[in-house]
Amino acid sequence: MSSEHSDYIVRFEEVQKSYDGVQLVVKNLNLDVSRGEFLTMLGPSGSGKTTCLMMLAGFETATHGEIYLDDVPINNVPPHKRGIGMVFQNYALFPHMTVAENLAFPLEVRNLGKSEIEAKVQRALDMVRLSEFGNRRPAQLSGGQQQRVAVARSLVFEPDLVLMDEPLGALDKNLREEMQYEIKHIHENLGVSMVYVTHDQSEALTMSNRIAVFDDGIIQQLSTPDDLYERPMNAFVASFIGENNKLNGRVVESNGELCTVEVDGAPIKALSVNHGGVGQGTTLSLRPERVTVGVEDDGSFPNVFSAKTEEIIYLGDHVRTRFSVCGHDDFIVKMPNAAGHIVLNEGESIKVGWHAEDCRALDA
Amino acid sequence: MASVTAAPEVMVTADGTPLKVSLHRALRRNKIRAFLLVLPLLAFLGFTFLWPIGVMMFRSVENSLVSTVMYRTVPLLAQWDETTGDLPDEAVFEALVQDVTEGFKNRTIGKVGTRLNYEEPGMSSIFRTSPKKFKKITEGPYKEKVIEAHKGWGDVDKWRLIKREGRPFTSSYYLAAIDRKLDNLGSITSQPAERQIYVKLFIRTLWMSALITGLCLLLGFPISFLLATLPTKTSNLLMILVLLPFWTSLLVRTTSWIAILQQHGVINDILVAIGLVSDDARLGMIHNQIGTVVAMTHILLPFMVLPLYSVMKTIPPSYMRAARSLGANPALAFWRVYMPQTVPGIGAGGILVFIIAIGYYITPALVGGTKGTLISNFIDYHMRVSLNWGLAAALGIILLGLILFLYIIYDRVVGIDNMKLG
Ligand SMILES: Nc1ncnc2c1ncn2[C@@H]1O[C@H](COP(=O)(O)OP(=O)(O)OP(=O)(O)O)[C@@H](O)[C@H]1O
Ligand SMILES: [Mg+2]
Repeated sequence: MSSEHSDYIVRFEEVQKSYDGVQLVVKNLNLDVSRGEFLTMLGPSGSGKTTCLMMLAGFETATHGEIYLDDVPINNVPPHKRGIGMVFQNYALFPHMTVAENLAFPLEVRNLGKSEIEAKVQRALDMVRLSEFGNRRPAQLSGGQQQRVAVARSLVFEPDLVLMDEPLGALDKNLREEMQYEIKHIHENLGVSMVYVTHDQSEALTMSNRIAVFDDGIIQQLSTPDDLYERPMNAFVASFIGENNKLNGRVVESNGELCTVEVDGAPIKALSVNHGGVGQGTTLSLRPERVTVGVEDDGSFPNVFSAKTEEIIYLGDHVRTRFSVCGHDDFIVKMPNAAGHIVLNEGESIKVGWHAEDCRALDA
Repeated sequence: MASVTAAPEVMVTADGTPLKVSLHRALRRNKIRAFLLVLPLLAFLGFTFLWPIGVMMFRSVENSLVSTVMYRTVPLLAQWDETTGDLPDEAVFEALVQDVTEGFKNRTIGKVGTRLNYEEPGMSSIFRTSPKKFKKITEGPYKEKVIEAHKGWGDVDKWRLIKREGRPFTSSYYLAAIDRKLDNLGSITSQPAERQIYVKLFIRTLWMSALITGLCLLLGFPISFLLATLPTKTSNLLMILVLLPFWTSLLVRTTSWIAILQQHGVINDILVAIGLVSDDARLGMIHNQIGTVVAMTHILLPFMVLPLYSVMKTIPPSYMRAARSLGANPALAFWRVYMPQTVPGIGAGGILVFIIAIGYYITPALVGGTKGTLISNFIDYHMRVSLNWGLAAALGIILLGLILFLYIIYDRVVGIDNMKLG
């Protein structure tokens, strides 16, 4: 990683992609990936994540715009000259080669010496804790082991950039979590840059430095995990990342940072983030854990409303309660199962309150 | 309670029958049912496949003709010592006269002549002319009169031949099929040069089949690759083109090759018209090996394409992409990653085409001339024209053995489990 390069290893500049000449699958993508960064592309199915990755790897060509790798435009560089490691969703381990031969493949095509290859393959196997498995065929490995081989193979030739397209999609939940940490540690230890695709938000939150939330071929928001969760910039991101109460209303007053939104006749104080101004419709976003139940209307909360208990779900460490508030009967509140918490009965009414800063006024 | 080490006990079911017996009983009904389900097919195969092969095998060594027709002569000859060079004694000649006369009456003696003529030319005419002359011989001494009737009977070699072929089984068909024969004293020698045809023919059959298989692979591989990688709509259309030959009569296809390849056919006319070939030097592309190879490659191509296609269809494009992303250029990725995965298809297509080609018959008969015919054409000839079924059977069995042998080699080298037919 030489210092004469800029800080960005990858830059997408106004990239567009269409497969059929009718519809844009990727619309005006601008994205920078810093050196050593773990960047995740997160989004629903069909939002164009794989397409972006394939353009970066060189298997699809951008219809418009330019992609830079190390400040060099790479639209005309064939995939095998890009030197980018890649892990495919189905692993794509070569079935006719042993694990060791699979790992040696990228080194052999680079014409490395025999002893050097052996040493590197062994080191890669050690890294993913599969030293004993070099002579097995991929079909003789479990899903998790295959996955680790695929990761090792993408790293064995020491690329600066590694792409992973839903590499954990085929694994069960426990194994997936284990692998998430393993990949994260490898990333930290080797200092490579990673671009990771997933549609599992918890995976994205666990692993990434930054997350690009995709929808409909557009990056909706590009931020750190906590920023995305705490400060979503639009209704899509707010509902896609984590759980979220949505209240639809109209802005009646906007006053610097704060605004007042009328929801079903009730004025709610909220943080102005992304609304169209006074008179316009807006969606209020409020995290279920930011609502306090059983408050007094004594001014400690700017927003206090009466809520009718509709449904109580006991989840062990916390209790989820569905209330009817301001004409919305899908208002969820999470209450930690701490000592002395309020015990509610269905049908009971109680006052709930929240701060204006926790309630974000977003696009309609 | 003190623990006692129990002897290994036989597991029993609730009613006390041993578990194994009970399991066996439970499975037996399934086995019987499975057997009954395949029984019709087994019977059919036995009747149409195994039985005829058995009959052919038997015919290739069977040799009862001489001993049944000449039932007096052959047992007497058994006591004759053929190594001394002396003729058999009087009793044998008497038996000969009786056998030939009776055989003539029953119209069987001619067959014996034909049979012995396979071994030595000239035997047929001896047996054709003898009966009329033997009519005059009514009493002994038989020896002189018989030799007088046809001087061939004074030749010890002829008697040796009759003694040898009087045995119930013979190896002479197999020997003939590999251009060998037994000499008078029963040791194996080569056929005279002008009668050595079968070994050459076997070699030609093998080599032309290999050539056809190679050409099918060469032409079939890119097509299969295209079929497997194109979008379904286009590939279905192409598939129809590949399968089209299956829906056209074999004879039509073969004869159209004649129309295309013959001296005044399409290709020659074009070559002459554009001046590449002069009118009196038109190329001979039919009724020779070229004709056979071209027509058979065309006919057998689908048998190569189908297994290849079905294997390639299952290779996900991500393998090639993975190879490219790991730094292999397209050619290398193809060679190191794609090709090895098509081996089961190549094996299946190759062995299929080769085995069909090795026994192919109509096409070489029509377009092969004399240089382009294969062993099967000679089997056919001996079945229908010369009626030497023993030799036809021996040739067929050798061909069968050859295919089995190649199949075993293939299994050893590639492994038959690696083969994928679809
Ligand atoms: N080869 C292709 N030809 C035509 N359209 C395609 C092709 N590949 C993808 N698309 C379309 O492009 C859009 C984006 O696809 P893409 O594979 O990038 O989605 P994704 O975000 O990776 O989704 P997923 O999470 O399901 O993998 C989809 O509407 C898809 O139908
Ligand atoms: Mg995808």
